[in-house]
Amino acid sequence: MTQTSGLGSPDSVAIAFFAGFITLTLAITYWAARQTRTTEDFYAAGRSVTATQNGIALAGDYMSAASFLGIAGLVSTSGFDGLIYSTGWLVGWPVVLFLIAEPLRNLGRYTFADVVAARLNPMPVRIAAACGTLATIAFYLVAQMVGAGGLVHLLFGIPYEGAVVIVGVAMMAYVLFGGMLATTWVQIVKAVLLLGGAAALAMLVLSRFHFDPRELFAAAATQYGSGVLAPGKLVSNPLDAISLGLALMFGTAGLPHILMRFYTVPDARAARRSVFIATGLIGLFYLMTFVLGFGAMVLVGPAAIKAVDAGGNMAAPLLAQLLGGRPFLGFIAAVAFATILAVVAGLALSGAAAISHDLWSSVIRRGHPKPGEELKVARVATVGLAVVAIVLGIAFKGQNVAFMVGLAFAIAASANFPALVLSIFWRRTSTAGATASMLVGTAATLTLISLSPAVQIDLLHHTQAWFPLKNPALISIPLSFATGVLVSLLFPDVGGEARYAALEKRLLLGAE
Amino acid sequence: MTSRPSAAAATRSLAIRRWRLAATLTVLMVGVYFGFIALVAYRPALLASSLGEGLTLGIVLGALVIVAAWLLTSIYVSWANRVYDPALAALRTQHENEQ
Repeated sequence: MTQTSGLGSPDSVAIAFFAGFITLTLAITYWAARQTRTTEDFYAAGRSVTATQNGIALAGDYMSAASFLGIAGLVSTSGFDGLIYSTGWLVGWPVVLFLIAEPLRNLGRYTFADVVAARLNPMPVRIAAACGTLATIAFYLVAQMVGAGGLVHLLFGIPYEGAVVIVGVAMMAYVLFGGMLATTWVQIVKAVLLLGGAAALAMLVLSRFHFDPRELFAAAATQYGSGVLAPGKLVSNPLDAISLGLALMFGTAGLPHILMRFYTVPDARAARRSVFIATGLIGLFYLMTFVLGFGAMVLVGPAAIKAVDAGGNMAAPLLAQLLGGRPFLGFIAAVAFATILAVVAGLALSGAAAISHDLWSSVIRRGHPKPGEELKVARVATVGLAVVAIVLGIAFKGQNVAFMVGLAFAIAASANFPALVLSIFWRRTSTAGATASMLVGTAATLTLISLSPAVQIDLLHHTQAWFPLKNPALISIPLSFATGVLVSLLFPDVGGEARYAALEKRLLLGAE
Repeated sequence: MTSRPSAAAATRSLAIRRWRLAATLTVLMVGVYFGFIALVAYRPALLASSLGEGLTLGIVLGALVIVAAWLLTSIYVSWANRVYDPALAALRTQHENEQ
């Protein structure tokens, strides 16, 4: 139907929208840079972000291009099976609200390691936490950079390497000069654009079906068989589905760039409200992917979508072109690129915090950095992370990196989440236990993924894999929890339980 | 004075109350989501059953997982606003008085 799509050629409308976004966000960065002086400004926007602003920014941090383009594409080509992902990406948020948000805000300052280290020996805990954080960020970042390069190439016709460099440099500029304040506002702008764009697109789709989703679903069933409205072959191995589900559910509560956002608000009450708002917005967004996916299936057609990109990622842009012409395609394309930019900025900031706050100040300087030094190290780390992201993004060109997002969630769920929960809620958690849990969680996840079909068969083209599951969370999360409990019982801290009483007061009332 | 629990004991009991609710709601969310996944994996035919033109049980349940996430977070936030925040305020005063 739309074989003569405008995708892949430099398009003036798309580039104008994109240039507008870059200009606006750099202006925000300039404004933010003038207010970013202290370490607290840089990492936590001076704790001045309101609950509503942070809720929108959390949604912005979380709604990556992978979910916008990927899920819409998956639904458009495989129907109901794609919806399994729509629900899976949301269910981690209630867990963040119930278990993590308020204790995190009350116990920590800049990173999640602050919380784990609150009543334990900080040195080993922070080294282990930094390992988990950097491993999570590395995989998430590579997936985003490779996705960005391919996406920009498809959308704008810019060469892959050039796109990766643009993303890396823009991300560095936001974080380096504007710190958390700029990153937060970039997220807010992006979240509003993304939600607005998706809502407009969903409304345009529904307007063709008398604003009744049932009519849309019925049209899909008439054209492609009633099978598209029921579970198909995507979930062939139930254990795979459960393992991925576990990674999504508990990984959200261990993502360093998400956790860091809770330090930007004034208190725990605001942290709670911000998760509530984020859950509402993200849920709304995933409900809209139902409409976008089936809309693309009925109006554009799976064959036309796969003809442009075999993975189906161009379903939403093609739908935008069909319903709103080239200007709307340009807008949606620019929103998709802006989405990636904002997510990598958040990742880079949390990585810089792990390096400067956890490794440099607390470990190398043993908790006594020179005045102003931590901020300098954070900025150097930002530049370093941008260079690494660009190099890895180019090195992994053309590789199938879809599994890397699942892997990042698996590491977050197995390395960060168990140690956080144990240190907050279990009085007998010891330094050795928390450290072992984080190290075993990281190592087990990395080992199992390297033995999994995703790497052994899809990447290395071996005939079989040592480990049967595509995502290791089903094994690595329980292993990490068990390690934390067992080692804590075998190697308790002297006076550890007494310190928990003091911690409990701070857990509820905060540090003030 | 002796009939009232100490600030430390009051902290403990409030922490336990919050933990119980948080754990219950977490278990409910896990149950809802993995219940859905289990139906997808082991009872696909059931989810394919039609609920009228253009609607299957699977699509309705998928949307309900998202609604359940909203509902559970609302329950927690409303409890926190009605019960937890006033209790925290009282606890803070008690800690200040004991010092």
